[in-house]
Amino acid sequence: MTISKLVLIELWKRKSQLITGLLAITLGIAVIVAIQSVSIVSEQNVARNLDNLGANILVLPQAASIDDYYTSDIDAPTLPMDYVERILTSTIAGVDNMSPKLTRRVKVGDQSVVLTGILPKSEIASKPLWQSSGLMGAELKTACAPTQTANQSHGMEDKKLQRKAIDTLYSEDCLVGSQVAQRLKLSANSKINIVGKEFKVVKILSETGTVDDDRIFANLKDVQTLLKLENQVSAIEIMGCCNAISEGLLGQLRNILPDTRVTTIGQIVSTQIETNQLMKKITLVMLIIIFFVGGISIGNYIWANVNERKREIGILRMMGAERSTIYKMFLLKALILGVAGGILGFILGTLAGVILGPYLAGIIVKPVYLYLFWSVLLSVAISLAGSLFPTYLAAKFDPHSNLQED
Amino acid sequence: MILKGENILKQYHHHGGLINALDHVSFTVGKGDFVTVTGPSGSGKSTLLLSLFGLIRLTSGTVFFDGKRIDNISDKHLTDIRKKSVGYILQSFALIPYLTTIQNVMIPLALEKIARREQIKRAGEILDYVGLSDRMEHLPRELSAGQQQRVAIARSIVHRPSIIMADEPTGNLDPTLSLEILDFLRKINQENKITIMMVTHSPVAAEYGTMKLHLNEGKIVNRKS
Repeated sequence: MTISKLVLIELWKRKSQLITGLLAITLGIAVIVAIQSVSIVSEQNVARNLDNLGANILVLPQAASIDDYYTSDIDAPTLPMDYVERILTSTIAGVDNMSPKLTRRVKVGDQSVVLTGILPKSEIASKPLWQSSGLMGAELKTACAPTQTANQSHGMEDKKLQRKAIDTLYSEDCLVGSQVAQRLKLSANSKINIVGKEFKVVKILSETGTVDDDRIFANLKDVQTLLKLENQVSAIEIMGCCNAISEGLLGQLRNILPDTRVTTIGQIVSTQIETNQLMKKITLVMLIIIFFVGGISIGNYIWANVNERKREIGILRMMGAERSTIYKMFLLKALILGVAGGILGFILGTLAGVILGPYLAGIIVKPVYLYLFWSVLLSVAISLAGSLFPTYLAAKFDPHSNLQED
Repeated sequence: MILKGENILKQYHHHGGLINALDHVSFTVGKGDFVTVTGPSGSGKSTLLLSLFGLIRLTSGTVFFDGKRIDNISDKHLTDIRKKSVGYILQSFALIPYLTTIQNVMIPLALEKIARREQIKRAGEILDYVGLSDRMEHLPRELSAGQQQRVAIARSIVHRPSIIMADEPTGNLDPTLSLEILDFLRKINQENKITIMMVTHSPVAAEYGTMKLHLNEGKIVNRKS
């Protein structure tokens, strides 16, 4: 016989009370786990979707106009190519992909078109809408959350990671936007003369509904030579991780590129920030409510238990149990309740998330086993906090008066 | 001398006034004595018994146990003395209802952190001694009143105390069972040389004492050895 065993026997012999005490904390933890399980997938979904929208940061020369985010690179002043290397060699996290480009309006016959010089691999990667265009090449890696593993663990494939890009775009080759192709009556393998140089149309890009439909894309180096703007670009498009943007990526870029304008699509960032903040607020509010409700429930249960066992406390004190033994008895009980409540709450909350996630939020939720640790920790903290005062009173009881309780 | 009280005073506040539950009581108990304390209800018998080892705090007076003064020591030290040297038997048996007979008897050993194997051995021996070796796994509610009191006695002696404080141990028992318990206490007193201080209403029980104290209104009005 030990005091721990005494606690376990008492818990077992009064199962109905145990269930009542456990219920409050289990449900509380379950609510938190369910919300968190759904919200983390939801956050990752939003981040993934926003990332899949493509480049979201634009680095332009200081003098460039940004009245229209999507066309601000056309005829803009230029900045040196070295800036790309400056970003690459920096320690800034959250830059998924970069696409330096040089864009100018040029004449093709009597038609005015927009010619954009691109580094093919990076350009394709930053344009998710080109994904299905059948371009082949090496698989791209990403530094941005959500990671492939994280998404896979939630049952989602991040297509961005499986995007294929062309490795090279030969100097005679070009890609043509659907609108331009229509206007100039171009098809694959057609020849087109741009500023005195003949290009072969290797691909008519599928319609994307963006400014890209009105552009001709050629190798950046060729366009620079053609336009006599060697080693110059008009913009660097960056696909920045939305989380990183909300955490100050723009500021970091401005620090290393002081004479540029670093801008982003405000809506994307604010959507990400708002989503994350809303989820965090909901969780925090729930956490506070559950801490108090759970703590009060457990405290109430322990207090009722203390009152019921006054005589037993008196008997134990009479036989030589120290106040610390009484503390140990009730706090151990609270600890057991906390651990059990945490585990059960995690199971219940995860089940609720997995079952209800697809119906309520349209997302697939998978168990996040790390939450088991946090559930138990939180549950134990709530349980112990709620039990401290009743336990303190139990240890302070006068043994003699308790012995008279019947 | 194992226990000595000098000028023990215990006062209670009652309706704005002070009541002397124990009024300057002095006595000496020798090792191996069987002391009976008698007196009418409210005479202070139980108060005396429970106050000597700190279950009720004295207003004033001094108490010596095994030659050491214990009325002015900390609650922790008094608890330690109760744990190691004192056994209590109460009228209501004071068994823990959800523990079996042997588990109840093992509690004093558990409080002393004695190894489980030793606990089982000693509790088994004591239960055999009190004639309950066939009731070890029974819950208190499955035992008769006499058996419950024998469990309480077993629990009071399992940790080999120097003194047993018994508060009306036969108060809930019929005359036959009372005699059985009293005989048993005498046996413990004589065979194990454990000092017993027993509060009782019963004149028959009082006769078991080798030293008899009679209290009235908080004062010892008669003592016989």
